[in-house]
Amino acid sequence: MSLFQYRLPEVHNMLNSKAVSVSELTESSLSAIADHDSKVHAFLTLNEEGARASARALDDKLASGAARGLLFGLPAGIKDNIVTKGLRTTCASQFLTNFQPIYDATVVSKLRQADAVTIGKLNMDEFAMGGSNENSSFGAVRNPWDLERVPGGSSGGSAAAVAAGEVFFTLGSDTGGSIRQPASYCGVVGLKPTYGLVSRYGLVAFASSLDQIGPITRTVEDSAYVLQAIAGYDAQDSTSAKVDIPDYLSSLTGDIAGLRIAVPKEYIGEGVDASVRESVLSALKVLEGLGAVWEEVSLPHTEYAVAAYYLLSSSEASSNLARFDGVRYGVRVDEGGGLLDLYHNSRSRGFGPEVKRRIMLGTYALSSGYYDAYYLKAQKVRTLIKQDFDEVFKKYDVVIGPTAPTTAFKLGSQTEDPLTMYLNDILTIPVSLAGIPAVSVPCGFAEGLPVGLQIIGKEFDESTVLRVAHAFEQHTEHHKARPQL
Amino acid sequence: MSITVKDVQHVAKLARLQLSPEEEGTFTEQMNAILQYAEKLNELDTENVQPTTHVLQVSNVMRDDVVKESLSQEEALLNAPEEEDGHFKVPAVLE
Repeated sequence: MSLFQYRLPEVHNMLNSKAVSVSELTESSLSAIADHDSKVHAFLTLNEEGARASARALDDKLASGAARGLLFGLPAGIKDNIVTKGLRTTCASQFLTNFQPIYDATVVSKLRQADAVTIGKLNMDEFAMGGSNENSSFGAVRNPWDLERVPGGSSGGSAAAVAAGEVFFTLGSDTGGSIRQPASYCGVVGLKPTYGLVSRYGLVAFASSLDQIGPITRTVEDSAYVLQAIAGYDAQDSTSAKVDIPDYLSSLTGDIAGLRIAVPKEYIGEGVDASVRESVLSALKVLEGLGAVWEEVSLPHTEYAVAAYYLLSSSEASSNLARFDGVRYGVRVDEGGGLLDLYHNSRSRGFGPEVKRRIMLGTYALSSGYYDAYYLKAQKVRTLIKQDFDEVFKKYDVVIGPTAPTTAFKLGSQTEDPLTMYLNDILTIPVSLAGIPAVSVPCGFAEGLPVGLQIIGKEFDESTVLRVAHAFEQHTEHHKARPQL
Repeated sequence: MSITVKDVQHVAKLARLQLSPEEEGTFTEQMNAILQYAEKLNELDTENVQPTTHVLQVSNVMRDDVVKESLSQEEALLNAPEEEDGHFKVPAVLE
């Protein structure tokens, strides 16, 4: 019997009644990884000894009757671009193969304060650049629903590990859809919080104005628990928001009567698979049945989002990745040619093709003579995209559409064509550019592959996003389906 | 506007990347495709639009000037590929 079929409160009840111990929970996670991970390849580094030691300490805490954290005893996986003190953090790059962080990211400290157990570090696209997890320099993750297909990216390992029942929850990072799109492909719940709600201190930066850490879980309720534990102002992150953190759990009322839903015609039109559209329309019927009303709206600048995103994110990446020079950490290739050669050789040997492509694109977009035409233009288009959402949110509570235009595609089918790959993110990127929250929840299957429903909310209105997602989940069974591994 | 292999070589130099001739060819092709796609943005008139550099209204974030412990030399050098006498070692930059 797998412990992972239970909801978080159920696990806590089992711990309270001594039906299970934290050590047993941890062993169950490690044995699920032993059973499945040779097929799925979600983990890059296992923290077996550390996890067992944490579990023993938590069992002692349980026995002593001391106050327990919100995520007490739950086995968790962490995307490998979030630094963990003393536990190898590679960003799935050859550049950082042996990198041992000397501090914990704020989210990692918060998970520890909440009494979660860190099982290990999860595979991803190198430096979080990609939409399929095929850019990991340690080998791709496979989708637990069909091992010939991608799990999505860049948090592919984070989504696949939850779908495969290897850990109770994971943390991912989302820059243009990297939590929501793999959650959609793997049939799990992925939440990208409002930019600034969760500290980015200790997240290896890809595109600083877009990156945001968030939870990937089996249920919306679990997502609310994890968000509760990791949200909040952090003085270590200068982009952290000083906002009051509501009680996300109390927002899970199941009541959405009178809720106003906007469905952008651009999100269900051309380019979206018929089967995906059908699942989303059925989901809207469920929400209608619960008393919500929906109307079609327009987000007219949607078609410009992907171009703006790739210019902005690549520009920021080229700047952020300048620090990888082979001097202070990471790969160093010294062939005796002097300092500049050391930089060139270390970076060329350390970075994979997708990372190089984006650094090149970003360096070009920021270079003299092209800044206004590309970078500044993209920032202005970002304003228009944000204004589209502002306008719609004057009248509606949430925006709903598919998370991705298709279900998971086959490994290798798009690797030769970066532009097509980039277009897979067309439905998640506008949200990232606007900095607003969105969750992907399972809403059906097309030819045996999961389809994700994206629920988008106003700035810092995670409560409404979670309330709608939870109400939907309570009246459907999609999230209960499990892949056969 | 299209970019040439020469442009790619120049950008690679700025980005401190050494590209193989094969990579130069591939990147020229792929960057042209992506930049051509980016031309799409020119369909929009953004003359009077303010750029969004940051989605939140935060500026000039300061923290209190408090004396605290910094990293130890040992920690700072922990991941150094090469070190000597408590310093990061680099090839000679002066003749």
